[in-house]
Amino acid sequence: MQLAEAAPVSVTLTEQAPSSLWRDALRHLFHNRLAIVGMTLLGGLLLVAILAPVIAPYDPNQVLIGVENVKKRAAPCIHVLGCPADQPQHLLGIDGNVRDFFSRVVYGSRVSLFIGFTTVGFAIVIGTVLGALAGYAGGWTDNIVMRFMDVLLAFPALLLAIAIVTVLGPGLTNALLAIGIVSIPSYARVMRASVLSIKEQDFVTADRALGVSSARILFHRILPNALTPLVVRGTLGIATAILDAAALSFLGLGAQPPMAEWGSMLGAERNQVFTAPHLVFFPGVAIMLTVLGFNLLGDGMRDALDPRLNR
Amino acid sequence: MISFVARRLLMAIPVLLGILFVTFTLARVLPGDPCRAALGERATATICDAFIQRTGLDKPILVQFYRYLGDVAQGNLGDSFRFGRPATVILIERLPVTVELALCALLFAIIVGVPLGIVSAYKHNTTVDVATMVGANAGVSMPVFWLGLMLAYLFAVLLKGTPLWLPPSGRLTSGIELPSLIEVWHLQVQGVPLAILTFVSHMNILNSLLTGNWATLWDAVKHLILPAMALGTIPMCIIARMTRSSLLEVLGLDYIRTARAKGVGEGGIVLRHGMANAMLPVVTIIGLSLGELLGGAVLTETIFGLSGVGLTLYESITARDYTIVQAFTLVIAIGFVIVNLLVDISYAYLDPRIRLS
Repeated sequence: MQLAEAAPVSVTLTEQAPSSLWRDALRHLFHNRLAIVGMTLLGGLLLVAILAPVIAPYDPNQVLIGVENVKKRAAPCIHVLGCPADQPQHLLGIDGNVRDFFSRVVYGSRVSLFIGFTTVGFAIVIGTVLGALAGYAGGWTDNIVMRFMDVLLAFPALLLAIAIVTVLGPGLTNALLAIGIVSIPSYARVMRASVLSIKEQDFVTADRALGVSSARILFHRILPNALTPLVVRGTLGIATAILDAAALSFLGLGAQPPMAEWGSMLGAERNQVFTAPHLVFFPGVAIMLTVLGFNLLGDGMRDALDPRLNR
Repeated sequence: MISFVARRLLMAIPVLLGILFVTFTLARVLPGDPCRAALGERATATICDAFIQRTGLDKPILVQFYRYLGDVAQGNLGDSFRFGRPATVILIERLPVTVELALCALLFAIIVGVPLGIVSAYKHNTTVDVATMVGANAGVSMPVFWLGLMLAYLFAVLLKGTPLWLPPSGRLTSGIELPSLIEVWHLQVQGVPLAILTFVSHMNILNSLLTGNWATLWDAVKHLILPAMALGTIPMCIIARMTRSSLLEVLGLDYIRTARAKGVGEGGIVLRHGMANAMLPVVTIIGLSLGELLGGAVLTETIFGLSGVGLTLYESITARDYTIVQAFTLVIAIGFVIVNLLVDISYAYLDPRIRLS
């Protein structure tokens, strides 16, 4: 039997730019509608935080007694919406200490972003080191570190954070530290799982055979490859951190007056919810939009960085 | 299966010991003077010395820990400095409030979350789906305390005078009292049965159901709707999202196509064939939500004035009531470990690949 001769196929090879995981992920991220909403929200928030002195008409801590004729906890006064022109304009009203509430909400964005990034930064650094150590060393080290993480995970995060702040004393720094500490286990787990799967791969075995030091393998080979889940977890973690910090401040354990922090602003006016609901409504909306932004971006990044998903 | 359960139980022991150590240490390093916190600022040094000696606070920390382990093993969680009563008694009174709240919140989360997820998955990529998922994402992003306050404002102020009005705080309308089951049934009990009956008596809904007290039942339910909604919203959104993604994955599988080809109706496909397999991750999420509920309970109870475990724990931390802090944190953490254990076991029961790996 004679095989049919295949017709010659002419193929033109074109040079393609090398594609990296991160570039691919970015491309997918920009095709994900919800992620774009998240990025828009966060972009807006970042702009508000940077331009706070320009956007806010007043200093967030300026008490307006004697400066303007305004009453404590006055409702919003917006000229285009029918507020008399002879009254000073206050977009979100006046708070219980006669300060412009809009300016305080605007400045609050700075505190929230700061909270999100510092706590997660802290937790990622410590969690990564612990997780990498546990995963790479194995044996007893692994057992001790991970059982300790299990113990931390056995407490509801907010309760443990409340307890830690009580020990350290109320204040924003201690609240951040507490939230950072309770977030460590989730990063340690993610890192350990990544290390365990990567350390058995051929390129790591090859390194070991070539006599590369453990520290170099860990930091130059394993860590860069384990970054993906950490970045996703971190983005979602910022959302949780902002919520927890707001809760601590709401209970009076986090940011202290007169700092313009959304949670403490809400906590200070919570008994006025029936008489001046705007003072409770707006900080809550600000927290929700910020957290929503990080959640949507985090979900989008998870989808974009997961090569198993069908697109 | 038995060896899997045994292995998981063994793994829980060091975690439990760790929890005991953490709660013990936490309560010891709390700042402030426990004697003056308990007996008032004017307590003299002599009174305080006697107090510290009586409560064993002058012993080395390891001795205190050893004594603590022994006491816990005997079910003795110590006496509260602030209430002047055993922590166990206070726990029996306060825990039912939180359990009732958490169960109602979880019920709300499941009843609303699962159908939302199913509809969203079935109507994949339609306006209904997008709207549900945007709503679920927004719900997960809301602070519990803010949602609680807003619900209270909406239902207690804006809807005042309408049939939709709901009370913004408390567990029962003032003036209404719910007698304990022991009084109603004229029982003479001691020890564990007494504890169980007291526990059940403090769950208002269960108590009024058992005693046929329908007017009080409606009052208790009305008071619980807002806190349960506030606390249940985040788990509800998480359950909806999980149901959707899990069902979407299953609906794309071959056996579903086969069922369709055999002429099974759409309802049967989604509910009987689809959900049967999609429920697995949903069950896990429901179990794990309990931790979220306990954390959120502190905030919800503070806002709605419910004297449950969360509020009592928060007050005890600020009042430095060591015993209550220890006892309540311990019980919550142990409860959390047990729930996780049950979730693991149920998961292994439902999916044989896990227990065999």
